[in-house]
Amino acid sequence: MRHNAVYTPYHPRWHRTRVSTYWWLGRWSYFLFILRELSSIFVAWVVIYLLVLVAAVSKSAVRYQQFLDWSRNPFMLSLNILSLLFIVLHAVTWFNLAPQAMVVHVGGRRLPGSLIAISNYAGLVAVSIVILGLLLIRW
Amino acid sequence: MYARRPIEPLLWLFFSAGGVMAALFFPAILFLFGIAFPLGWLAPPNYDHLLAVVSHPLTRLVLLGVCSLSLFHWAHRFRYTLYDGLQIKHLNESINAICYGGAVLGTLTAAYLLWKVP
Repeated sequence: MRHNAVYTPYHPRWHRTRVSTYWWLGRWSYFLFILRELSSIFVAWVVIYLLVLVAAVSKSAVRYQQFLDWSRNPFMLSLNILSLLFIVLHAVTWFNLAPQAMVVHVGGRRLPGSLIAISNYAGLVAVSIVILGLLLIRW
Repeated sequence: MYARRPIEPLLWLFFSAGGVMAALFFPAILFLFGIAFPLGWLAPPNYDHLLAVVSHPLTRLVLLGVCSLSLFHWAHRFRYTLYDGLQIKHLNESINAICYGGAVLGTLTAAYLLWKVP
């Protein structure tokens, strides 16, 4: 034991290497991670866009037409194309990760992860068909 | 540490449910109203048709669930993006207020707008 130890009133700080704010630019997998995390901003944007549409439709036919004209504006169009790319990134990463988050047992056996991922994509196809059918087919 | 935030599992549940909702519903909706209709690839539904779809009680209920859960998904994920990406965890009080408060406000707005559909 050392006898010349110096005591200070404060707890010593642990050594931590400082991580740059831009750590996620260093590697492609980190960058993809941050892109996936940023997709949430576009999820929020789609909610806002959808609610603007609902508000327009509940007002009048004129307001609905104004919404359609607004959506043709180059800025809105670019924003929505970018948003769709992020939404697709979100959907793909989400569905591919689902088998790791969801463990389903049937008859005492664990279902293979690929089956869970496939059923998620089947859900996407089913919901998309219902939406297309509701909006495009005149009944 | 864990007992202090008993709400955390619930927030994670909303995050997870919202992630599923956004992944299932938004590709088709955004493709149609954001790209296919504006570019004229497909003809948008006429007003009466769309009003009939939106004013159906089931549509309103589904839209409310999708909007609300997706906003909580945003809140949770965006919160951690700010923590990890910008390393500003020391601002967590205000970040939480903005994220989850925004999701609650958005849910109330969605409920009001969907209630008002004729």
